[in-house]
Amino acid sequence: MRHNAVDEWSRGSSALHRRAPASKLIAAAVFLVVVATAHHHLPLLACGWLGLLLWVTLAARLPLGGILSRGAVVLPFSAVFALLSWMEGAPGIAVALILKSYLSALAVLLLVATTPLPELVRSLEAARVPRFLLTVVQFLYRYIFVVVEEAAHMRTAAAARGGLTFRAAADALAVLFARSFARAEAIHRAMIARGFDGHFRPLARRRFAPPDAVFLVLASALPLLVRTVGEVLL
Amino acid sequence: MGPVVEVRSLKYSYPDGTEALKGVDFRLEAGEGVALLGANGSGKTTFALHLNGLLSGSGAVRICGMEVTPASLAAIRRKVGMVFQDADSQLFMPTVIEDVGFGLLNQGLAPEEVCERAQIALEQVGMVGTGSRAPHHLSAGEKRRVALAGILALDPEILVLDEPTTFLDPPGQRALSDLLRNLPQAKILITHDMPFALATCSRAVFFHDGSVAAEGPVEEIAARFGWGFAAR
Repeated sequence: MRHNAVDEWSRGSSALHRRAPASKLIAAAVFLVVVATAHHHLPLLACGWLGLLLWVTLAARLPLGGILSRGAVVLPFSAVFALLSWMEGAPGIAVALILKSYLSALAVLLLVATTPLPELVRSLEAARVPRFLLTVVQFLYRYIFVVVEEAAHMRTAAAARGGLTFRAAADALAVLFARSFARAEAIHRAMIARGFDGHFRPLARRRFAPPDAVFLVLASALPLLVRTVGEVLL
Repeated sequence: MGPVVEVRSLKYSYPDGTEALKGVDFRLEAGEGVALLGANGSGKTTFALHLNGLLSGSGAVRICGMEVTPASLAAIRRKVGMVFQDADSQLFMPTVIEDVGFGLLNQGLAPEEVCERAQIALEQVGMVGTGSRAPHHLSAGEKRRVALAGILALDPEILVLDEPTTFLDPPGQRALSDLLRNLPQAKILITHDMPFALATCSRAVFFHDGSVAAEGPVEEIAARFGWGFAAR
């Protein structure tokens, strides 16, 4: 089976990977708020924040190119709104949209690239995020790989018989949907067979250790420091 | 001591009208191993799904003396452990240890005890050290072993395994048959794998078109229905 790169990265062993998910979650949230609420000298501040994120990427032993390119996935969306702002005569807002969305995407990407999703979900559960939503995320994470693999098998089978036409791809999509539906029933059956009553019970909760607290303070303070220094000096 | 599984005149039709079981009688003694043989679609899996109340037809199903009814389902599901054909559908939790411990947590056990029993079950199936791995990172054979561990951890009195050797390589099949032979539980194995059935079961029940066509020693039933090894 082919693994998702971010899923692989999240199972690393750097000091950042070892930090409690809650500390990383809060630090990422602080970063997003600090970036989102900044209004002056954005290009220069963005350089400072980008420097911080690059440093974190290297410290977490993550591939720089992979992180920077995956973070850019938001740019086509933000570029549309940036273009509209530019055309309306607000180039400052256009630049801010691009910079803020890219930096925010990088921060969230670093969070998920250093924290296995199951741990992140548990942490969100502790933060009182609705359980139903988290269950959907958890099942999506578990089965997206299975569905992708099934799709890959179908594609290979089609290629072996002369290639995948548009019509065949549409039919394959319908089959994939039907298979996913059948799998959902089978999963439900397997859960019921082991006494599931509608409530997931956690097996273990990650403790918040002193190094996590130190990380949280530093990771929250540094983006704020960049902004304060930038705004005071410029 | 009476039979651990006793089924009388079990009939079941699927919602689309397909008559899957047409009056099945079945008995399983404590510690016994029985192979369910028969063609695809002959009713083996449908029958097995009745044993812990996942399907409910007409007729009587008794597990360890208890009638399978909505009121007894929780107790029945502690007695019957089912390993399904598709391990991917059985392993739904984000990590191996959470999946193996899933049923134990549902029984209300403390997390510490759950972890301990889950580790023992993983050791039984030769999957020590995989607790923190994600199920989608396992090979097909490893998934099957973890699915079995999830059931063994519950320590049921009856094990029902649907095509347990699928995706297992020959050493994996041998390890599984050795493991099953040494387990004290009564076992029902749905399989097309005759060497495996011979190694693990003393008796075979042959299903044909929703009914039990014959039962007896595995070799005898296999020979009678031409269900042995493929001709050269």
